[in-house]
Amino acid sequence: MPPIRKKQPPIKLLPKTLTGITGLDEITSGGLPAGRPTLICGAAGSGKTLFSLEFIVRGATEFGEPGVFMAFEEKADELTMNVASLGFDLNKLQKDKLVKIDHVHIDRSEIEETGEYDLDGLFIRLGYAIDSIGAKRVVLDTIENLFSGFDNQAILRAELRRLFGFLKEKGVTAIITGEKGDGSLTRQGLEEYVSDCVILLDHRVTNQISTRLLRIVKYRGSVHGTNEYPFLIDEEGISVLPVTSLLLESEISQDRLSSGIVSLDNMLGGKGFYRGSSILVSGTAGTGKTSLAASFANECCKKNERCIYFAFEESPKQIIRNMQSIGIDLKSHVDKGLLEMHASRPTLHGLEMHLVAIHKKIKKFKPRAVILDPITNLVTVGSVSEVKSMLIRLIDYLQAEQITVMFTALTLNTIINEQTDEGVSSLVDAWLLVRDIESNGERNRGMYIMKSRGMKHSNQVREFVITDEGLDLVDVYLGDSGVLIGSAREAQQLIEATGQVLRTHALTRKDIEIKRKRSVLESKIASLQEEFESVQDQLNKSYIEEDLKKEIMEKNRTEMIDKRHTKNSGNGKGK
Amino acid sequence: MAKASRTKKEEVKYELRLYIAGNTPKSVAALNNLKKYCEEHLKDQYKIEVIDLLVHPQLAEGDQILAIPTLVRKVPVPIRKIIGDLSNEEKVLVGLNIRPVKQ
Repeated sequence: MPPIRKKQPPIKLLPKTLTGITGLDEITSGGLPAGRPTLICGAAGSGKTLFSLEFIVRGATEFGEPGVFMAFEEKADELTMNVASLGFDLNKLQKDKLVKIDHVHIDRSEIEETGEYDLDGLFIRLGYAIDSIGAKRVVLDTIENLFSGFDNQAILRAELRRLFGFLKEKGVTAIITGEKGDGSLTRQGLEEYVSDCVILLDHRVTNQISTRLLRIVKYRGSVHGTNEYPFLIDEEGISVLPVTSLLLESEISQDRLSSGIVSLDNMLGGKGFYRGSSILVSGTAGTGKTSLAASFANECCKKNERCIYFAFEESPKQIIRNMQSIGIDLKSHVDKGLLEMHASRPTLHGLEMHLVAIHKKIKKFKPRAVILDPITNLVTVGSVSEVKSMLIRLIDYLQAEQITVMFTALTLNTIINEQTDEGVSSLVDAWLLVRDIESNGERNRGMYIMKSRGMKHSNQVREFVITDEGLDLVDVYLGDSGVLIGSAREAQQLIEATGQVLRTHALTRKDIEIKRKRSVLESKIASLQEEFESVQDQLNKSYIEEDLKKEIMEKNRTEMIDKRHTKNSGNGKGK
Repeated sequence: MAKASRTKKEEVKYELRLYIAGNTPKSVAALNNLKKYCEEHLKDQYKIEVIDLLVHPQLAEGDQILAIPTLVRKVPVPIRKIIGDLSNEEKVLVGLNIRPVKQ
């Protein structure tokens, strides 16, 4: 008998406490270690206090876990005012006994030290605060201020160690914040005491543009994201985004999506783009990239699908007005709530922030299509490689969500094949190229498909025309002297039409000639026929005469023989 | 009447409050030291109030007590705090702003 395998008891994983901060719980795969202290460190203004306060407020409002906020820096009413802008009503939460804010005032000038002491007072205060509301979460912000209040470092350090033990004993999930020191995570080396989870916040300014970053330095007993994750502080608090997806295993779709231009769809195997694919439209200035993007947005909205349009160059109103002139009515879609337009200068904030902002808006609006117009301007806030990495992450995210994305990119270089468009051309699924073709003293737009993964697509250059009724693609004319476009194409078409008329004319003339020739020949044939018949008659006549002659002669001869026979009758019969 | 009030004022020239947490050796030492200094230098001018935070934890917040033991001089203002077991007489007197009685 096979041995019955004993069911193994499930291995107990580290229990975690959800923070409720957007994105953080994903990076930490479930939140902060429950019942243990976590250290959050960072330089001044990196968002430590807000981070920890949001942890308390979210715990109280979303998870029903009351929290104690022990402030060593700011007073309770200052804190309340500071976070009121985020929509956190601390006064109400305090009244509801969900949050307790305890301001610890430390004034060096008031305190004199003599002899031995301990920090039991702090412990009792904290313990009382925890017990009075049944707190599950505790924040100590910033406990390092104690170091400025007390001289005896040896006592302080010993007491801190005891404090963290005390917190663990109480079973509360705690956040301890600490100011970043030179060469160490915190000025006073708090990381020595709090060793379960350390999160580092950073606020970096490059090229005058600031980016807030978060990194989990360590997290004992748990897997976690190790990268620096940008985060955003806005009217809804903190949002962190785990923006790097390492796995390329997003769902794919067989659905096709029209580009809004019938002739372009025809070039793309007759059906348009794949849903969830990424499309790059690149071209030099004034080639109609925005028009193409607007046409795509228009088409999406017409199908009652939501679309979000991020403009980095023009304001939404400007785009709406401009597109009206080519017969694309974006305003009605905006009014219906199908189209959302967001305009911001790229220099508004750093790249990562842009990404976070885009993520947030997409998460909120849940569109089926996203347009970024143009991505080129993003280079002003980051290097090409940074833009590329940002776009990779954006594409990854959108692909996972099955959202179709269209980028437009301005190529400054006329040698288009060498230009790599922020390096995304290799990432995108379809790449349309719109370019100026100058000839005969005029400028025309030509469009072709550089690539389009997974579908049959035309290799032809088409003339891209923008009319009052919208966009269209026209076959270019391939003449003796090469590709003809614009007025040259029209001229050539005229020439052809003239030739056609002339040819028809000539044709009719020739037909008449042929007719004439035929009648002449026919009459000739008739006379020859006559001639032939008379000759035949002649010949026939002599034939008959001869026959007659022969007959008569025969007759005569028989008569002669008969006559001779009668004369010599005995001769013959006597034989 | 005026004299009486003055004498009364004289009596409570110093209002001292000692925060302790249970009968720890440090707390006991602090109380003994304090009593000794007061008898020596502030005879009949002081009032000592001992608060055990284990019994009344809610009182810790009011006087911003962190360390134990803490001696708080409530009167005269400004409030002064002395932490520790008060073993250093000189420091305590300076901290409480008491002129020592010359012996």
